Amino acid sequence: MFRFRLDASTGVPPYLQLVQQVRQSLLLGYLREGDRLPTVKDVSAELAINPNTVVKAYRQLEHEGLAAGRPGQGTFITGTLSAAGPGPYRALRLALERWLRDARDAGLSEEAVTALISVVRQDLRKEGVA
Amino acid sequence: MTSMARAAPAPALRAERLGKRYGKAWGLRDCTLTIPAGAVAGLVGPNGAGKSTLLQLVIGLLDPTEGRVRVFGETSRAHRAATLRRVGYVAQDHPLYRDFSVADMFRLGRRMNPAWDQPLAERRAAALDIPLKRKVKALSGGQQAQVALTMALAKRAPLLVLDEPVASLDPVARLDFMGALMAAVADNSLTLIISSHVVTELERVCDWLIVLAGGTVRAAGPVDELLARHRLLTGPRTASHSGLPGVVHRADSDRHSSLVIRVGPREPAVHPAWQAQPVGFEQLVLAYLRGGSGARLEPDTRIEAVTR
Repeated sequence: MFRFRLDASTGVPPYLQLVQQVRQSLLLGYLREGDRLPTVKDVSAELAINPNTVVKAYRQLEHEGLAAGRPGQGTFITGTLSAAGPGPYRALRLALERWLRDARDAGLSEEAVTALISVVRQDLRKEGVA
Repeated sequence: MTSMARAAPAPALRAERLGKRYGKAWGLRDCTLTIPAGAVAGLVGPNGAGKSTLLQLVIGLLDPTEGRVRVFGETSRAHRAATLRRVGYVAQDHPLYRDFSVADMFRLGRRMNPAWDQPLAERRAAALDIPLKRKVKALSGGQQAQVALTMALAKRAPLLVLDEPVASLDPVARLDFMGALMAAVADNSLTLIISSHVVTELERVCDWLIVLAGGTVRAAGPVDELLARHRLLTGPRTASHSGLPGVVHRADSDRHSSLVIRVGPREPAVHPAWQAQPVGFEQLVLAYLRGGSGARLEPDTRIEAVTR
């Protein structure tokens, strides 16, 4: 069963942290279509958070088409986020790892790497690629 | 009152100009607030702010000097069975009879409460691995807190009042206690009022906030709305913003100032030298506590209507 966690230091509202964890797990393949999410009661008991926060997160996921509630059964994953299959995904990950190592060897700081990525992404967006 | 308001269900709590005087000193004064049914309300303030006085007026351990408080539409009166029955209470030190076994405590609860839910009490004890035969004094602090919570839940009261419930517990027992409390909220239609002077404890669980200081209510309302209606402004220190409306708290350093202000429903127009950021839960509470008696969000005022 999927398990949520909360990080108090990020400043990201708890409901959004739950939504982001599901989105991220879908992208990484930890969650798949048909998987059941833990009940509202179980999540609020484990993380000691207001049940309405969990309800809000699940509603947001439903709104995004990623999950759906089935009466009496729970909330299930219904959508998918990653377009790439496991093969291309692994190749892309390796390429990115190589690139990040090169950047580090060239003396780029983490901040510089992030800045570079967002600049390139912006340029590509202008060309209508990314 | 309009006919619409009369048709709406009674709020879990409604205090009107509630006040309690001890000798010459007021423990609580001019307290007007509403908590809707189903809310998990956090009551925060420093020691001596009037938190316990307010809670004891609600549960019927004290009678007010002025004003009144109603629970689900009915006025709370001290030591009346009807008042005591409607409210579950978990006190700070989890008072239990130390020589009683857990089963004895449950038997006592059953005798004193007509709506006592024995299966619920036994189910919870089993889920927590607390043997019914064990004496209260042989339980850990965390287990004693869980038994006190179980006693309050098994009363089947629609309103549960908790006065600093985790203050005496270690971090793991705190999380377990709050987790158990939130599971109970998910299971039943409960309204909670939890007092604490540790703000971070409440942030995850509360959807309603009451800031109390010096015996008066400084701010009260739904957490989401309160956060959305305040901003943290930072910028160069000048004298010109001293007269700004809606300033809750201001902190100055040599060259720069930061202010927590109330804003309207639209994003405020800020001078380019200033930055406006959202405020966090703790920041908001501290701003109202440090802002002094001038920092007061008038009760029952729509927040966007407040200018000063």
